[in-house]
Amino acid sequence: MKNIHKHFGGVIALRGVDFTVGDNEVIGLIGDNGAGKSTLQKVLSGLYPPTKGEIYIRGEKINPRDYSVKKAHELGIETVFQEKALGEKQALWRNVFLGRQPVGPLGFLDVDKAKSETDRIMKDFLGFTGAGISPESTVSTLSGGERQGIAIGRAMYFEADLIILDEPTNALSVKEIGKVLDFIREVKRRGKSCVYISHTIAHIYEVSDRFVILDKGKIVDRREKGDLTEQELIDELTHHAAKSEEGADV
Amino acid sequence: MKLLEKVKTYNTQIGLTFIALLILVLFMVTAPGTFLRPRIYISFLSTTPFIGIAGLGLTLVLISGEIDLSFTAVMAFAGFVFATVMGFTGSIILGILAGLAAGSVVGMLNGMLVTLIGIPSIVVTLGMQFLIRGATNIIASGRATTLTEISGTPMYNILVGEIGGVIPAQSIWFLALAVLIWSLLFRHRFGDHILFSGDNPETAEMMGISVTKTKILVFTLFGMLAAFAGILDSFRLRTWWPTMGEGYLMTTMAAVFVGGTSMFGGEGTVYGTFLGAFLIGSLEAGIVAAGLSGFWTRFIYGILILIAVTVHTLLRRRS
Repeated sequence: MKNIHKHFGGVIALRGVDFTVGDNEVIGLIGDNGAGKSTLQKVLSGLYPPTKGEIYIRGEKINPRDYSVKKAHELGIETVFQEKALGEKQALWRNVFLGRQPVGPLGFLDVDKAKSETDRIMKDFLGFTGAGISPESTVSTLSGGERQGIAIGRAMYFEADLIILDEPTNALSVKEIGKVLDFIREVKRRGKSCVYISHTIAHIYEVSDRFVILDKGKIVDRREKGDLTEQELIDELTHHAAKSEEGADV
Repeated sequence: MKLLEKVKTYNTQIGLTFIALLILVLFMVTAPGTFLRPRIYISFLSTTPFIGIAGLGLTLVLISGEIDLSFTAVMAFAGFVFATVMGFTGSIILGILAGLAAGSVVGMLNGMLVTLIGIPSIVVTLGMQFLIRGATNIIASGRATTLTEISGTPMYNILVGEIGGVIPAQSIWFLALAVLIWSLLFRHRFGDHILFSGDNPETAEMMGISVTKTKILVFTLFGMLAAFAGILDSFRLRTWWPTMGEGYLMTTMAAVFVGGTSMFGGEGTVYGTFLGAFLIGSLEAGIVAAGLSGFWTRFIYGILILIAVTVHTLLRRRS
């Protein structure tokens, strides 16, 4: 993405962001609240059209006006929204195939296929081992980490090349966070890419290859993981946050 | 393990089946003269399908996260359109098609006001209920239309005749529609859209489903089902009454809620509505046959509804 701007009326959320994701890499997108992370994520996932800027996918220029969530899915970009990813009262197999159901000629579902494929996703991609969860379980019976897993597994199953995760570890227990980080490693192991958006540095540091730091709608720094320690990354983020607060006071 | 999973998934339906069996046994014990003979059951098959068919449509609307209170007026309106068009053209088929179309249009209008304008469905359909009932009465000048000429026609036999001289055809229609609606809801792509629109509209939109389109379609479908129930009722009575459907609002809602469909959207049961319709439809006859006065009917309705809904809620919370 080149020179992306996003304005909401008079409010400027993104001011000229250049953002590139390479093959098979995990990028940690970091920034304080209000830095523009979630706006950038929504532009990436096709939810908001950018006010100005260019989008390239695999070198091909995309018309921002035609770019939508559906188009993003077609191009292999999937976003996992923590709260909105799954329908809680529905069975897992319905969630996995929502919007992309295997159907016969009259639109009737191939339920057996949906269930067996869901089972495969759970076992092969996510390593869910039997214990109480089946494709027929409703989402409400799953833990927070397992829910993230199903949403990530769904994206992997549909051959997403880039999976965007927005605060996937929010409100999860330590054990559950471990699971989600494992799912992200699995995405990388399968040769796919991931944009991991969060302000929890410890989690992001563990699994990311590169870090992009956003502040006040601009990218203020890019770092390779080898270049700095977790503490240095935290210090840098604190430094930017402090500076922008100073700016706000003036 | 597998069996336990199934029991968990269908606990609402299993619970309701037990309640129904319990009530049936209760009736058989208190009024064996009535409930151990087939006649009363034939009578249920004749009168219950009207609230049942409306109940199927209401189930879909509730699962999509909305409600529709206008269907009783739609029944009367569609019956009137049917009677009038048939009167003018002399064609039963044209009359039926016009009636179904009229109901669908009202349903679609409900759906559009709810989704495109953003008015809560309880308010839209309450207004629509008065509007349609009023309009029908104005056009009909409040007068009934006799339809004796449809008696004995092939369409009459197909819709409300007695199969083998015993089984009322409308009960077969109810059964067939219940199977159809079940397939649509749980085995068709459109059903997924309904379930997710009611469960989490944001998820649905995120996965490329138009919640607006889905809800408009659901309201339209309910309009058509209510119209069909109204036309069927006109056939059975061989008269169109301006008051048609007026007693059906509370009983249909009771049937659906007793059946186990949730008020909160995203989940519901067609089997439950099917059984719920017969439960509610048989209660009055059962109470009278058991020797209690008609005054008891509402009281016992109340008990049944509260017990059933409590059981459903507790089961849901546990699973």
